[in-house]
Amino acid sequence: MFKILDKTLRTGTVTTTYPETGAKLSGNFRGRPEFDLAKWRDARQAADACPAEAITIADTDRLRSVAVDYGRCIFCGECAAASPEGAVRITQGFEMAATNRQDLVVSAEYLLNLDGTQNQLMRGSPVQEAGRKLDSEIHRVLGRSLAIREVDAGSCNGCELEIVALNNSVYDIERFGIHFVASPRHADMLLVTGPVTRNMELALRKTYEATPDPKIVVAVGACGISGGMFGTNYATCGGVDRVIPVDVYIPGCPPRPEALLYGILLAVGRLGA
Amino acid sequence: MQPIMEQLAQEYAGRIIVEAPYPDQLHAAIAIADVPAIAGTLRSRHGARVVTVFAEDRVDPELCFYNYYVFERRGDPRYLVLRARIPAEDPRFPSLASVLPAVNWQEREIQDWFGIEAEGHPNPRRVALHDHWPDVHPLRKDFRIDEVLPAFEGERHVYRPTLGEGVFQIPVGPVHAGIIEPGHFNFAVAGEPILYLQLRMFYKHKGTEKLFEQFAIPQCVFLAESVSGDSAFSHGTAFCQAVEKAGGIEVPFRAEVMRTVLLELERIYNHVADIGAIAMDVGFVIANAYAGRVREMVLGINEELAGSRLLRGMVCVGGVRRDWSGSQLDALRTAMETVEREFRDLVALIKSSDSTRDRLEHTGFLHPEKAGDLGIVGVGGRASGVDLDVRRDHPYAAYRHLSWRVPVYREGDVLHRMQVRIDEVFASLEMIRDAAEHLPGGPHRAPARTVESGRCALSAVEGWRGEIVYWVRTGPGNRLERCKVKDPSVNNWPALVEAVKGNIIADFPVINKSFNLSYSGTDR
Repeated sequence: MFKILDKTLRTGTVTTTYPETGAKLSGNFRGRPEFDLAKWRDARQAADACPAEAITIADTDRLRSVAVDYGRCIFCGECAAASPEGAVRITQGFEMAATNRQDLVVSAEYLLNLDGTQNQLMRGSPVQEAGRKLDSEIHRVLGRSLAIREVDAGSCNGCELEIVALNNSVYDIERFGIHFVASPRHADMLLVTGPVTRNMELALRKTYEATPDPKIVVAVGACGISGGMFGTNYATCGGVDRVIPVDVYIPGCPPRPEALLYGILLAVGRLGA
Repeated sequence: MQPIMEQLAQEYAGRIIVEAPYPDQLHAAIAIADVPAIAGTLRSRHGARVVTVFAEDRVDPELCFYNYYVFERRGDPRYLVLRARIPAEDPRFPSLASVLPAVNWQEREIQDWFGIEAEGHPNPRRVALHDHWPDVHPLRKDFRIDEVLPAFEGERHVYRPTLGEGVFQIPVGPVHAGIIEPGHFNFAVAGEPILYLQLRMFYKHKGTEKLFEQFAIPQCVFLAESVSGDSAFSHGTAFCQAVEKAGGIEVPFRAEVMRTVLLELERIYNHVADIGAIAMDVGFVIANAYAGRVREMVLGINEELAGSRLLRGMVCVGGVRRDWSGSQLDALRTAMETVEREFRDLVALIKSSDSTRDRLEHTGFLHPEKAGDLGIVGVGGRASGVDLDVRRDHPYAAYRHLSWRVPVYREGDVLHRMQVRIDEVFASLEMIRDAAEHLPGGPHRAPARTVESGRCALSAVEGWRGEIVYWVRTGPGNRLERCKVKDPSVNNWPALVEAVKGNIIADFPVINKSFNLSYSGTDR
């Protein structure tokens, strides 16, 4: 008993102060890839290198549309490695959660050169910095103390590892009055990872129905948002929103614990409040 | 394996053709009718162990399916890969499950995925596709991966009935109370003690083996990392090794040593988390809080070395994607010192608690004999006398240059599954120190190139859970025609069923945690 007390006192506080202060990241952490749309001369290299098909190209005679979907991105850094200096840069950004699926997609349109490279940028959409606000009535009801039921609908378990980490002494999600509960009947929020498999489809629907209203659904990770590398196939339905309505999307593969915190706090309107 | 196979080739004159395509594996073609006899001989006369069983669709070019039976033998660094032809017009094979319980699920996977009948299987029901799925065989080449199946209706799975006075059935899952993966546990209990447990898995089946046939090889590495998220680096490495072997790609020694460091970091972060979770499941919350902190330190150094807390996006065919600088190595050394100090404190804390020991000792006992019969591997095996470790038995990466003691106990309870982990963390720390100190110079990856078509190769890695096996057949255009994935969890679920018998149901979580199997790795 005294040994435990002694050790605890010597260890001191280990809990992060995120989001009041920034997250402590290694300089090598691979976060959001950023695309300098004006300098991007050839999107094909990055699109070919991307294992998750997050970068897609559609060419017509004279025009090229490029779309980058952070909801599919697995943050491997291959797009930056394949592209010439300056066009694609791996940043340390991880606060990417969005309330609208379309906000995770950056698109651009270029005039096309004869050799397949890109000429002038015609139109480019910036990635939305913060998500739209959810219904304020839900915030009023759920804003302070929040009970989360986690549902693994088919993930590789990577997202679960980071969700479990929210409960450790470093991230300690309970400091926000947020806790994980054992039953959907006790939950205000479903935190769902994917891809939703055909074998979990029914279980996910039933869990959703068992959760009392009002409720929030958060889709976690590339697979939870879009099916990720698994996409839609004979055994998977794809992203969570193919099966139940989703309020907030948290990109990542898996999202680091701070990114999960950011998304959860965004969902209940407690960011910057 | 070579002399054994030569002898067998003589006995089965003309019916066995042996080749040695790689120094660490022997491939042999046998007749499907000879499988039970040959498997029996290998097992009883030569003490060989079946590693995995799987099938392949070669109907298009060769008008047949192939079944593959992989064996290994203690003290022999060669894997034996037996291949048996099954004619397309008569798709069936003699089942080994009644004599080799270890292949029970794997033979049924072949039935479900390829539509090849396992004749004489003691329980031939569906396993990998649930009972209410339509009659499809998704790993056949004529089945398209993006085929959308209609809504499932039909028969539900029927569990063995729970009968007798005062005997109850407790169904649990697939959505569990904790933050864990989905699966269904059906307990039969008489009061508190568990009479038996029936498992229903494959809730997470997501067509992974079929997907390997859709992507180009460099992309497949990322898919391998998503087979089991807590073993991303081990699965990625096992996949890359198989491709490197098939393509004759020489991995630079520096990359081999870097892979070794990362493989051991993966082992440490998972073992530490499990030790904490086992303590937590018997109510020792503060030990779990400490373990969580130590694990975060390891994840921090993972991020420093690989750019990802879970070591994703680092391994690639031919080596590793990024080299390490001197400052990264300094950070590794410092972190390992801190981790070792803190881990020692954690172990002392847990060992100082008599009540924790009392709850863990004799709990979830798996008899060594049972463990051997069921083909249990990894941590669960080593705690029950199964002395296997791919790192020592079939060395890969830089393990032939390292020495450590493989911890083996015969007590077979939760306490000793925890002890195996404790011993292994200390050994891993030592290995990392050793490897980092002797990190050779040179390139960190071999130049990328297209892999020749039509080559088959096997590779194995001792992930933190146990033996991970990949088998590939390369195809044209730098793609694969088949990729078999075997996670150690596939072997080890029957161990859980065995270990819980007679225990009180309140101890189920800690017994389950002491094996900590991957549902995603099992279901793929």
